Amino acid sequence: MPEAATLPSNRDEAWRYADIGALARLGAGALDEWKDIALAPGETRCHAMVVGSDGPELHRVRLTLGEGARAEMFAVIAGSDYCRVEVEARLARGAHFEFGGVTIGGGTAVREFVTRTLHAEPEATSNQTVRSVHWGQGTGNFLGNIDVARDAQKTDAAQDFKGLLLEKGASANAVPQLEIFADDVKCAHGATVGQLDETARFYMAARGLPPEAAKRLLVRAFIGGALVALEDEGEQERLLEAALDALGDAV
Amino acid sequence: MLKITNLHAEIDGKKILNGLTLEVAAGEVHAIMGPNGAGKSTLAYVLGGRPGYEVTAGSVEFMGQDLLDLEPHERAAAGVFLGFQYPVEIPGVSNVQFLREALNSQRKARGEEPLSGGEFLKLAKEKAALLRLDMDMLKRNVNVGFSGGEKKRAEMVQMGILDPKFAILDETDSGLDIDALRVVGEGINAIMRKDDKAVLLITHYQRLLDVVAPDRVSILAGGRIVQTGGPELALRLEEEGYDAVMADA
Repeated sequence: MPEAATLPSNRDEAWRYADIGALARLGAGALDEWKDIALAPGETRCHAMVVGSDGPELHRVRLTLGEGARAEMFAVIAGSDYCRVEVEARLARGAHFEFGGVTIGGGTAVREFVTRTLHAEPEATSNQTVRSVHWGQGTGNFLGNIDVARDAQKTDAAQDFKGLLLEKGASANAVPQLEIFADDVKCAHGATVGQLDETARFYMAARGLPPEAAKRLLVRAFIGGALVALEDEGEQERLLEAALDALGDAV
Repeated sequence: MLKITNLHAEIDGKKILNGLTLEVAAGEVHAIMGPNGAGKSTLAYVLGGRPGYEVTAGSVEFMGQDLLDLEPHERAAAGVFLGFQYPVEIPGVSNVQFLREALNSQRKARGEEPLSGGEFLKLAKEKAALLRLDMDMLKRNVNVGFSGGEKKRAEMVQMGILDPKFAILDETDSGLDIDALRVVGEGINAIMRKDDKAVLLITHYQRLLDVVAPDRVSILAGGRIVQTGGPELALRLEEEGYDAVMADA
């Protein structure tokens, strides 16, 4: 069913940092393309993806988790143009949603994750970790909504965002939005933005690592935080390498 | 091996080294002692090339090269090792990964073949055993969650693996208990007591010098070397203090 015929604007909270011009190049029709995935009670699914390219991209995923189901999603946005990954997850009793995201890149592009997690029933858990590494005038965003329904007692939800800016001019935005209607819940969120640790860089140089190699190791360690829950080591390595390949043109 | 001539250096415009001159020959362990704030750590950082430590005059020649002309990682590849007073924690990077990349970067810079994973682990195990550091510690992230003593032993394991020509050890004895001090001291001897190597050992205490017997001892005060002597100078300092010894100089 079509949901949006017209383009959103930056006045819409969920599109506040979006590149509407890039979205226009993509066409409003892309907004209707939701990928719906339903997990049966007790089912576990894991999906890892590398997205972003030299043209704008929009990926919209709607997850419905049955009782005790577990959905794990890991994404690296490493393109040179606007890219937005949106995930809506609806959690039934005892379900778990695990999300790990990395945005990395320079230029002028905006790369963003937008998640809406609905804890619809009791005892569901969710954990979201996003790491953004940018330079030039690149921007990384994480807009994360967590809604806890009135009956969803014992909800345990966490969001963690860290931004690493390699140059002045780059930016990172974290917008956690929590709407909690139950009273016995745990919802944690944290956001920090910083630069490469100069002391660590010197320490590494003093051991013989050239600046590029030191930076690559430090960035690898930084983004690794978002992929640590990805148990398939091969997939974890694939996503890490894709992200680090994008680092190649960094200053 | 190392020849420092009339070195002046400052941090944020504040002069710390004021005409420091010092020579260290191959095969020598040279202890640097001095009161707090004398410039000992600054000397170590200047030799390591730490950003922010500006050399305003003087020269440093290392094995015929102008050391100050090299980037920090090039100094390491040339054979200089800086043992940190406060070893840095690097979350998310394991010791094994870090040291293998560091060693292979140095080898590459020197035109040598890289060590394979297996070769490297064998070397790391040997050096960890020398310093009695559990090999599992090397699989953990660099210095993260290490006690003060473990950090210092890990520094010496790094030195053993990287096998430098010249080591600048900045208060490597601080934070060590008596047993660990002996292990670290004997590690320094095993790794660096060679005819073609030298050590600049910055310390406050005679107890490390009981294990790593210095060939020469210099007193650094006010950013200069004010006195140089044999091992007996350190013993006098321990007994009489800086003021008395320097007043006699």
